[in-house]
Order: sequence, then structure tokens, then C-alpha cells
Amino acid sequence: MEKNKRVTNCKVVIIGGSAGSLQALLQILPFVEKPVSFAIVIVVHRKHSDEQTLESLIALKSKVIVKDVEDKVKLESGYIYIAPSNYHLLFERNETLSLDTSEKINYSRPSIDVSFESAAEIYGDQLVGILLSGSNSDGTVGLKAIQTAGGITVVQNPLSAEMSFMPNNAILHTHPDYILSTDEILEFLKDINKEE
Amino acid sequence: MIEDIELETLINDVYEYYGFDFGSYSRASLKRRVNRVFYLDGFKDFPDFLSKVRTDPEYCKRMIDEITVNVTEMFRDPSFYLTLRKEILPLLGTKPFIRIWHAGCSTGEEVYSMAIMLKEAGLLHKSILYATDINTTVLETAKSGIFPLRMIKDYADNYRDSGGQQDFSDYYIANYGFAKFNESLSEKMVFSQHNLVSDTSFNEFDLILCRNVLIYFDNNLQKRVVNLFDDSLAVLGFLALGTKETIKYSISQTKYKQFAKEKIWRKIKE
Ligand SMILES: C[S@@+](CC[C@H](N)C(=O)[O-])C[C@H]1O[C@@H](n2cnc3c(N)ncnc32)[C@H](O)[C@@H]1O
Repeated sequence: MEKNKRVTNCKVVIIGGSAGSLQALLQILPFVEKPVSFAIVIVVHRKHSDEQTLESLIALKSKVIVKDVEDKVKLESGYIYIAPSNYHLLFERNETLSLDTSEKINYSRPSIDVSFESAAEIYGDQLVGILLSGSNSDGTVGLKAIQTAGGITVVQNPLSAEMSFMPNNAILHTHPDYILSTDEILEFLKDINKEE
Repeated sequence: MIEDIELETLINDVYEYYGFDFGSYSRASLKRRVNRVFYLDGFKDFPDFLSKVRTDPEYCKRMIDEITVNVTEMFRDPSFYLTLRKEILPLLGTKPFIRIWHAGCSTGEEVYSMAIMLKEAGLLHKSILYATDINTTVLETAKSGIFPLRMIKDYADNYRDSGGQQDFSDYYIANYGFAKFNESLSEKMVFSQHNLVSDTSFNEFDLILCRNVLIYFDNNLQKRVVNLFDDSLAVLGFLALGTKETIKYSISQTKYKQFAKEKIWRKIKE
């Protein structure tokens, strides 16, 4: 572990990724034990056509319940939320999620930067942002925003990532608090879980 | 990023000076949009931006055009259109006259998609399509029926996935990077400005489409707008929303029955 910035009161863990991130998610999420004291929000790039497969797969494998993301759904701790394809996912002050169909950012909708920035604004130092494998630069700007707002940033160790570009880019341009393998990310999540 | 308080000041001023009320828009998206136009137009100082909006009606119009999200497609979500084609249109087809309202139609791709399906079902001649939006600039594009040619391949794929069997290229003429859709499709369309926040019901409809518009509104405004649709819908008429939108929080579920798996509800009583 790089530095030891402590996470004291995490309300939301937001995880972004692109190519190769599904594999990483499946090495982490199924092993997260219930109950969890924060909400887990997942923003990954995917094809419009896999609409429901990612949700179904994660719901099937993980013990934590996956909530269907519709516009203005309440964000509650103890659940997983997955950004639907073809919408940007945003965070509101009243702790609901809202959706937006505006232009793609970094060729992506949902864009990781957009959701990270929005979450940083609402949750500040109660936010942990994790960036996984991927082959474009989405996520770096968002991680920076999380850092500036006082949140904790974690990047998947590029050596353990299927696609190292996205984590490398983030490491190059931000100084993440932690650079971790998927096993270590799992440990990290256990550590910050207040319910255990 | 602009500050929350600056955004609230802008919202108040736009309402006071021009009567457009963005007070019930979802803040997360609205803030990004305002921020975007602020930087796009080269402002450095929020007060400068604010005073430009206050004193220059042309600029205020531009700002409103820019903060509304107008991204749209033809046959967006093909399975939705497939359900319209296979299940809803045959039910509407039994009526002597079909009235449809596209609320928040943006540049009109959705309206032309509907006209194509009505034509193929042999219903266009007895239909009327009202298409409205708050943004008059997009309505001009919608009226012209001219869309960028580079999108056409995706639209043709969507068309096919939505059950279309004709040659999609028969519906437009390609020229200089644009596709102009046939006038026979637009004959039954009526475009006009209508603000869902402040304008009232103007007709009774058999089908209302309002897709990916409610996501920009907070729960209260969503409720008001769904009730406006309720006032504008004939009994046994249909209301269609975007794939991630719902009327669940807005209106009594005893009045509406969800249709198939799509975001289509049928009004079952007055
Ligand atoms: C994302 S587009 C939806 C286009 C199309 N219905 C679709 O689903 O592809 C949203 C549209 O809603 C319009 N809109 C926003 N606020 C509105 C209001 N208060 N009244 C009417 N239209 C509004 C915007 O101008 C924009 O064109």
C-alpha cells in the first residue's frame, strides 16, 4: 500500500472500469460479505446490446443485492447499483440517482469521469473511488475530482489488470491513495466496512 | 465548476426576467449543462455570465437551447418500437382517427420513426402527430426532416431491429452529408413550442410519448407532468416513457396498467 490515508466514514464506493473490468469485478464482488455499510455503485463501459447481462451476472454471483437503477432511485447503503448502458449516471443532493442522455464523454456513455465528478460533489470525503482495468483514459479526471473533494482513490494495480492503460493513465496523472490488486481491493473493502 | 448558489441565482433570474422556470429540474444534470455553456462561451466570471443572460434575450435563448439535452435517435431502443408496431398500433388502428403527442420531441427523429411505422401499418393517413418541445431551435430541425447522413446506418439497423422490413433508404434522399426524409412522412406532423413546466393540456390523445425528458425533472415536477399527460389522454390511451423512467411515483397505479415489459402504460379508467 502506498500511503495510509484512513477511510473513516464511507457512504459510497464508486467503481469504474472498461475493457477487462468485468473479470476484476467478478474477483471482488462475489466475496464481499453482507451487510455492507456503504452503497456500491458500478460504472462500466459496455455495448448497448448487453443491456441486462451485466446486472444479471453480478446479481447472480454476489451476496449483496443489486438494485435496479431507474431514474431517481434512492441510493441506500447495503446495495449494489449498476449504471445502465447509454445513460450518464449522476448523484443528487437528496441521495437519489438521476440519469442523463447528454453527449458521450471520452466516447462513453455512461462516462466514468461524469459519475465520479458528480459523486465527488455530493459525497466529498465520504466517497471512495476505485478505477479498474480498461483501455481508454476515462476515469482519470474523475479520480482527480474525488481527491480534490477529499475522498479516497484506489487504482487497480496495472500488473494485475487485463488492460493496463486506464489504471496507468490514472496513476500517471493523479496520485492515488492506493494501488491494489483485486485481492487487495477486496481486503480494502472489508476494512472500510463498518458492519463487520 | 460553478457553485450551487450561483446556479440558484441563475434559475431565479431566468424565471424573473423571462418566465422560464428551471426550479424543478434535476440539479446534477442542470449544473453540468450550465457549467458547460459557461465555459463553452468563454466566460470566466459568473456575474458576467449572469448579467449577459439578464440583459440579452437572444443570449438567454441560446443558453436555454444549450442547457436542454437534445440527444436523440431514430428507433431508439428498437424493442420499444417493436412493441409499438406489433401491439399498440393494431389497437389504435381500430379507431377512426389517431392522435399522437410527442412531448419533448427534440430534433424529431422519434416523430419520423413513428410516421414510418404508421405508414407501414396503413394508418398514417388517419393520424395526426403533434410534436412539441421547449427548445424552438430543435423544432426547426424537426420540421425540416433533415438529419446527418453519418447516423443513417445506425438508424437503418435500429429500424430493422424494430421489425422494419422495407428498404430504409426509400424514406429519404441523401445529399451533401444529410438525409432529407420524404415529405409524405411529415404531412401529418404539427410542430409547436410547448413547455411542460408551465403550459397546459391542449388536446386529447390516444398515445403520448415522452421519452427521456422526465429524467431531467425532480420528483415533484415529474408528478405534475404525468398528471398533465393524464389530463390529455383518452381512456384506453397509452403513455410511453423512456426505458429508465416510471410513472410509479407519480400517479395512482389503479388507473394505469403497464403494457408488456416496456415502459408503456394504458389508461384503464378516467
Ligand atoms: C433527450 S431529449 C429526448 C428526445 C426524444 N424524446 C428521445 O427520447 O430520443 C429531451 C428533450 O426534452 C426537451 N425539454 C426539456 N425541458 C422541457 C420542457 N420543460 N418542456 C418541453 N420539452 C422540454 C429538451 O429540449 C429536449 O429536446
